[in-house]
Amino acid sequence: MAGRTSHQYIRRGQRPDGAHRSIHVAQRAASMVEGAVRTAARPLARYGFPYRRPTAPKHVVVPRKPNGLGDTYDTEWARQPLARSLRGVIIEGPMRLAVRTIASPRVSGLDRLTDLLRVDNPRPVIFAPNHHSHIDTGVMIRSIPASWRHELVVAAAADYFFDARWKAALSALALNAIPIDRGATSRATFDRLRDVIADGNSLIIYPEGGRSPDGWGQDFKGGAAYLSTRTSAPIIPVHIDGTGEIFGKGANRLSPGRTAVLFGTPLLAAEGENTRRFNERIEAAVARLGDETLTDWWTATRNAASGRSPKLSGPDHNSWRRQWRLGEKRRGSTAGIRRRRIRRWPDLG
Amino acid sequence: MPRPGFVLDVDRSTPPTLFWRGEGFSLERLPADRSRIIYPPEPLAGLDNLDGHIRDALLNPLDMDPLPELLKPDMKLTICFDDASLSLPKMQQPDNRQRIVEAVLDMAAEAGVDDVHIIAALGLHRRMHEYELRHVLGDRIVDAFLPKGFLYQHDAEDPDNITEIGHTDEGEVLEINKRAAESDLVVYANINQVAMDGGWKSLTTGLASYRCLSEHHNPASLQNTRSLMDRHHSALHKSIWRMGELLRDSGPTVFQVETTINTEAFPSPFEFLAKREWEWTARDRGLFLASSKSLNKLPNRTKRKLFHKIEAPYRTTSVQAGFTATVHERTLENVYQQHLVEVDGQTDILTMGIPFISPYNPESIMNPILVMCMGLGYLFNMYRGKPLVKEGGVVIMTHPTYEEFHPVHHPSYIDFFDEVLADTNDPAVMSTKWEKKYAEDEWYRHLYRTSYAYHGVHPFYAWYWGAHGQQHAGKVIIVGGYAATVRKLGFTPASTMNDALEIASDTVGRSPTISHLHVPGVLVADVK
Repeated sequence: MAGRTSHQYIRRGQRPDGAHRSIHVAQRAASMVEGAVRTAARPLARYGFPYRRPTAPKHVVVPRKPNGLGDTYDTEWARQPLARSLRGVIIEGPMRLAVRTIASPRVSGLDRLTDLLRVDNPRPVIFAPNHHSHIDTGVMIRSIPASWRHELVVAAAADYFFDARWKAALSALALNAIPIDRGATSRATFDRLRDVIADGNSLIIYPEGGRSPDGWGQDFKGGAAYLSTRTSAPIIPVHIDGTGEIFGKGANRLSPGRTAVLFGTPLLAAEGENTRRFNERIEAAVARLGDETLTDWWTATRNAASGRSPKLSGPDHNSWRRQWRLGEKRRGSTAGIRRRRIRRWPDLG
Repeated sequence: MPRPGFVLDVDRSTPPTLFWRGEGFSLERLPADRSRIIYPPEPLAGLDNLDGHIRDALLNPLDMDPLPELLKPDMKLTICFDDASLSLPKMQQPDNRQRIVEAVLDMAAEAGVDDVHIIAALGLHRRMHEYELRHVLGDRIVDAFLPKGFLYQHDAEDPDNITEIGHTDEGEVLEINKRAAESDLVVYANINQVAMDGGWKSLTTGLASYRCLSEHHNPASLQNTRSLMDRHHSALHKSIWRMGELLRDSGPTVFQVETTINTEAFPSPFEFLAKREWEWTARDRGLFLASSKSLNKLPNRTKRKLFHKIEAPYRTTSVQAGFTATVHERTLENVYQQHLVEVDGQTDILTMGIPFISPYNPESIMNPILVMCMGLGYLFNMYRGKPLVKEGGVVIMTHPTYEEFHPVHHPSYIDFFDEVLADTNDPAVMSTKWEKKYAEDEWYRHLYRTSYAYHGVHPFYAWYWGAHGQQHAGKVIIVGGYAATVRKLGFTPASTMNDALEIASDTVGRSPTISHLHVPGVLVADVK
């Protein structure tokens, strides 16, 4: 066996790194299609205006027309019956398959939501998960109980998901995404979210405001807490583990693996509790869920009671040690590990 | 507003009434003008924010200090909970026991308690499978405590882990689990489905030894128990309460948490089972026909699988915590509020349908001994005051009474059926002649301790449970049961309800009065 060359592996449909031959065939086909499209479009490049968009003189300020993108993009059409039906097909079909194939989520803690789900029309809620990857949204949508899943909107970054028309339309249709302005606290954004909740929709909002840049979490922004206090919708803290390893920020390819989604106890602002305090409580709840994912419920409960829950944002030191601790955390987690091929022989050493 | 229970006098326009027949059901027409059907009250409304109520009960207990004040960092805390015999059918997750134990552990964590053990209070019941533990306590508690050995099941046959607390004034010995006995605080998480459950019975039977249990689980006590649902007139409960008082004086501090549930036992599509027949809609009738016809075609094994998969949408109607005796009195008030139906006088015949489940066959087979236990033990005892049937009257049950036993769960039941019932069905005789042999049998002991078997003596206890009904009734008839099996139980087989009434006429005459206990839900007849 030791003498087998990589050529032999390829001939058998496998490569030494475990990739399958069919993936390479698909990659080559995609690059051929891309080349063909580029070649077909080349003649147009030779022609200028009026075949192409005019360039503006440097000293002239061209008044910009509102393009209806970004946080002004109107997503109302995505909540009409036809779009809802299409989204239902997408969620139950391709999204379900993709999430299962790429992320294999292990969902737990749903029993904590039983009391909210027991009524005929469950009240709208706000899901507040941590955020490591674009696939978090798909994983969340598939993990949320069906009673909420089909009346769900996702707060998505206006500058990322709504900067081009095709992206905006796709996000609105497939995810029922609503643009939110990450740069500034916008009254319009809040009103829009409040209205969709008042219409009976539940909301997924990432209180961190964006994906983790380094594998550790970020401080929570107060938007979710503020919305909850204004709409009386309970916050459901959620911890997602493993998506960062599958497709973290900056990754250019998917590495399918396993994920763990843990739902926490619904939270409501206490009497007289201000948004900042409530936000801290939500962050602590997600941190506790993170601890529970890595240890067990009792250990996490004791850590939380004694104020020793590991912070989502990781240790305070700011050097290689931070990265080192991240490695330790990942080793302790059952999520995010790539599927290993089944060994045919026992591992003897 | 749920309607109270009531007694319907059967006339010629009364539709046939529902009878359980094990893993199936049938409609039977009872004779007009001399029959009555006792319908249970409709399910009471459940509590909203149950977790909040549990926390509130722990912080404001009855006759005890709030739980957080009892919790100290260096203490030994033991949390016990009822086993899979409650609730029936199993309740939808999260189970009340999970909610209680999580709330207690939250407070224990805040108080910095490290030494925590969680014990399933099985008594002599079979050990729970891991999936049952997960259903009752939830994954969080099981994952945190089971692998480390801090969640385990009581073993009544482990001499090293049983401690004698003392003797009552009547000379009854009290022995309980050693860890619980040595704890600074024992918290008991309980579900009270019927009035028989809870109180001191939880701890003094759930954590006891065979020696201790035999003090009250015997023919003399159970024949003087009138009834199991009325603790103040039950010899069994009196003995248990004496043990409870001994435990209070000489044992660990016990913090009891009791919850009562309503009677919403069947989810869709079986809701029609609890409805009054004349209120069945076209859908209900269609569902009854479809389910009863298809169930008749299925093998027993498949039917059992289907029924044992049912998870009841029970709602919790009250939570009380604190000193056991005080808590239990409050619990009883709440249980009776759900179950009690006023009934005037006794009748010559009592009819009842025996369902697919009893407290001793969760995820298992309703064997013939359990049919007797369920009919003459549980359903017969669903009264306060006087039994529904006159002394010397006839009890008619409907059940297929197949001769099937679960070989893993009920090994000693098989031998009991073949050996003991072939000899006698008199509880007093079998108690003196056979009980010790089964109770001390090494093989049964081994299976109880290491497998998932009920204790060797358990079929005797199941039989004694029906001792009062057996003594009271002049004749017991089982409709639709295998004749040989029914005869071995000492009962009379009948093919149809009309045949049964014909056979009963030998005992109670040609025009007997009849009471029918409408099951489900659960009711306790307050017979004046």
